[in-house]
Amino acid sequence: MHELPVTEDILRIVADHAQKAGATRVTHINLVIGELTSFIDDSIQFYFEMLSPGTPAEGATLRFQRVKTRFRCRQCTREFEPEGRNWTCPACGALGGDVIAGKEFYVESIEVT
Amino acid sequence: MSEQGTPGRIPVVEKLLTANEQVAADNRDYFAARHVTVINIMASPGAGKTTLLLATIEALPERRIGVIEGDVASQIDAEKIAETGAPVVQINTGGACHLDAPMIRRALPALPLDDLEMVFVENVGNLICPVSFDLGQSYNVALLSIPEGDDKPYKYPGIFEAVDLVIVTKWDLHPYLDFDLDRFTELVHGLNPDAPVLCLSAKTGEGLRDWLHWLEARLG
Ligand SMILES: Nc1nc2c(ncn2[C@@H]2O[C@H](COP(=O)(O)OP(=O)(O)OP(=O)(O)O)[C@@H](O)[C@H]2O)c(=O)[nH]1
Ligand SMILES: [Mg+2]
Ligand SMILES: [Zn+2]
Repeated sequence: MHELPVTEDILRIVADHAQKAGATRVTHINLVIGELTSFIDDSIQFYFEMLSPGTPAEGATLRFQRVKTRFRCRQCTREFEPEGRNWTCPACGALGGDVIAGKEFYVESIEVT
Repeated sequence: MSEQGTPGRIPVVEKLLTANEQVAADNRDYFAARHVTVINIMASPGAGKTTLLLATIEALPERRIGVIEGDVASQIDAEKIAETGAPVVQINTGGACHLDAPMIRRALPALPLDDLEMVFVENVGNLICPVSFDLGQSYNVALLSIPEGDDKPYKYPGIFEAVDLVIVTKWDLHPYLDFDLDRFTELVHGLNPDAPVLCLSAKTGEGLRDWLHWLEARLG
């Protein structure tokens, strides 16, 4: 549901940057989405196909780069990826940590001709 | 060629959903100008959000409290709050699984904010989506009812990482269920060491006092 405003945002950003670059066609849109955000690739794709015709992004391929959640241990600063029920620092055994990745949600780049 | 620009990769690095964040910042200013503390309550459907708000309003008759109720449809929760006499506005999201900042902005004229000290926002019942949408609140609170189980931080880390307080609700059911509070607290603190974990029952009133203290400490 909330992928609708997200997709509108993507189209606005892409049109803006394509225009500034004087591009005629956008071939790829590279998105970075953290695992902790609640946004679903398929829904963004669905709205993109619905809304992109007639915009500079028409026909572009969406590429989704998913970023895994990463913790930084508060005891020993080791960085690690929690897996399911394993939140234990591999270096010192402490549980959890500060979330240092997984919340990303941005347009990384576009590819144009 | 040069007029067409160079084909290739153009770095963008622009955050999505900034429109929501801008409106949330406006809402935050609006509340701050009126000295209103806003508490965003997030939890699963049926976790006990409305019941806790009713108990809170009843326990703090001297406080001027307003409520924004978010639901996909219906006025049921707003009607319950209205019976207490507290000003309330119902937002129906019409399918959306979370409130967003523009919805809050549209609801504001329906509340007598100049006369209020505190506004509770009951977000749509959902442990995932509300976290991604700043509303302009002062504090985020997550409720988890004990029938939902103590493993929820593993499955929904986003919400437990984002909140200022975690409340375990329906504590009166504790004797009948295998909810392990130590394990739950350990997981919450693994993500978010600064969020206190309180247990209470809005039915019996047990533990309610700790919640009221937490609130009073955040009011003038
Ligand atoms: N035993 C017990 N039941 C409770 C408690 N708090 C709420 N309930 C019951 O749980 C059910 C759901 O409570 P609500 O307060 O409506 O929950 P909610 O989170 O507002 O629900 P939605 O708005 O529909 O998502 C009701 O039947 C309540 O009576 C409690 O402390 N103990
Ligand atoms: Mg409710
Ligand atoms: Zn460690």
